[in-house]
Amino acid sequence: MMEFNFAGCWALFVKEVKRFYSVVVQTVFAPVVSTLLYLLVFGQVIDTQIEVFSGLSYSQFLIPGLVMMAILQNAFSNTSSSLIQSKMHGNLTFALLSPISPLEFYLAFIGASVIRGLAVGVGILLIGILGFDLSVDSPAWVLLFAVLSAAMMGGLGMLAGILSDKYDQLAAFQNFIIMPLTFLSGVFYSIHALPEIWQTVSHFNPFFYMVDGFRYGFFAQSDVAASLSLWVTLAFLVLISAINLILLNKGVKIRK
Amino acid sequence: MSSAVRFEQVTKQYGEFEALKGISFDIEEGAFFGLLGPNGAGKSTLINAMSGLLVPSSGSIKVHGHDVIQDYRQARRLLGLVPQELISDPFFNIRQLLELQSGYFGIKGQQQKLWIDELLERLALSDKVDSITNELSGGMKRRVLIAMALVHKPQVLVLDEPTAGVDVDLRHTLWEFAKELHQKGHTIILTTHYLDEAEALCEKVAIMQRGEVKALDTTSELLSTHPFRYVRVAVEDGSGPLSESLQSRLVESDASGYLFKLEKELGMSDMLGMIHQSGIAVKDIRSRDASLEEVFMALTGAAQA
Repeated sequence: MMEFNFAGCWALFVKEVKRFYSVVVQTVFAPVVSTLLYLLVFGQVIDTQIEVFSGLSYSQFLIPGLVMMAILQNAFSNTSSSLIQSKMHGNLTFALLSPISPLEFYLAFIGASVIRGLAVGVGILLIGILGFDLSVDSPAWVLLFAVLSAAMMGGLGMLAGILSDKYDQLAAFQNFIIMPLTFLSGVFYSIHALPEIWQTVSHFNPFFYMVDGFRYGFFAQSDVAASLSLWVTLAFLVLISAINLILLNKGVKIRK
Repeated sequence: MSSAVRFEQVTKQYGEFEALKGISFDIEEGAFFGLLGPNGAGKSTLINAMSGLLVPSSGSIKVHGHDVIQDYRQARRLLGLVPQELISDPFFNIRQLLELQSGYFGIKGQQQKLWIDELLERLALSDKVDSITNELSGGMKRRVLIAMALVHKPQVLVLDEPTAGVDVDLRHTLWEFAKELHQKGHTIILTTHYLDEAEALCEKVAIMQRGEVKALDTTSELLSTHPFRYVRVAVEDGSGPLSESLQSRLVESDASGYLFKLEKELGMSDMLGMIHQSGIAVKDIRSRDASLEEVFMALTGAAQA
């Protein structure tokens, strides 16, 4: 029977959570504040001019998108920065010398990235609910999308962390892939407001489905069918997880 | 006696470069074993392959019969590595690091806390438990690495250049601790550039060069099979030039005299005859067997030539 080192996996998960919690101002509070600045600037300026979904203010439309954007970026940052720092400082060795399997290693890192993503997301969401009269149609759906999307981005962060040897390689991954995809995922607009060609292009952006599906949980309205968003998110999560597990099993760039 | 570690045809290829060329040997259970060789010989590559820090290109390594790839969990539970590079972690203090490492191995509870306390005390880290590794000196970091390697009480302890850059005090503490672990039945595998340490501590050594094992034997056997003994001759001022026979045996000279290497089959009377023939004004003569460093130089230097 396949052994699962639950205690080892849990210890690594706790370590990863404690790691970001030890710098909570940088890893949780700062992203909450910077995301709220978007809300302040875009929401206040555009609020009275645009109605994206019927019966909703622009700020109400914007908040779920901002929450998801923050979840995606922070889940990515957690795994990627932890891995690259561990590689640079050499302390990844400690985990590599232990009887933790690639799957346990993966689950521990992804679990921690989900926790950080949710911590930042909840911070923004609370302000949205309290300050902007935002209501949630289906909390379970919202939580499901938040967890799946954070896990997918945590996986993407791990992939970037594994493949990067230097901080600037990771920064390139973040600035040239993650940032454009998150900003062009419909966080600030409905893709129906875009010209047809850009609507088509948006359908190739996996982050669009995460934002759109997440938003569906709040308003029961979305640009594409919510079930499609769920399947796309799940498919990407499975794909990224599979790639990571193959790399971890082979020890690519980790067990040299 | 059964094997603590068994290497079978282990190779490691980096592109065209062959870092390990089919290494095969056994390290017996309970041995104090030295893995020696010049820089780039493949010692750390072999150790890292044994510890799971790299994947060998081919061959197998077993720790107490457990394959380090197929049965890596059990192999890693039996092995503790003190890596050569100093490692730091800016997020956790020493106690937290040791507790986390215990957690990776699934070990917790009061007994483990006591063991961690004992390790901290034995390695003179008790007053540093709340420090993060970035705040520590190189020697202190080395102590932390030793504690990390021992936290799961491994049967086999691998020390990769543990005394590089550490002060005499720590070196002494470390060797006393290593000897104590050895006496308790642990297998100790040591790589070091300080060959006097290896000679004093290791019962058996392997000398590696360019990814191959050049020699593998007990330390005493390696020393005794060396074809030379060494004769230091202290001379009076103003001694004349050396005869051809002495010149060919000269290892080094300084203001106080000469060091010659003498074939073991020759007796001291032959040496005295050569000295007499040269007309050297001798103050003192001392003869000794080869040191491990001289054996090492002869083996690795000959191969390089």
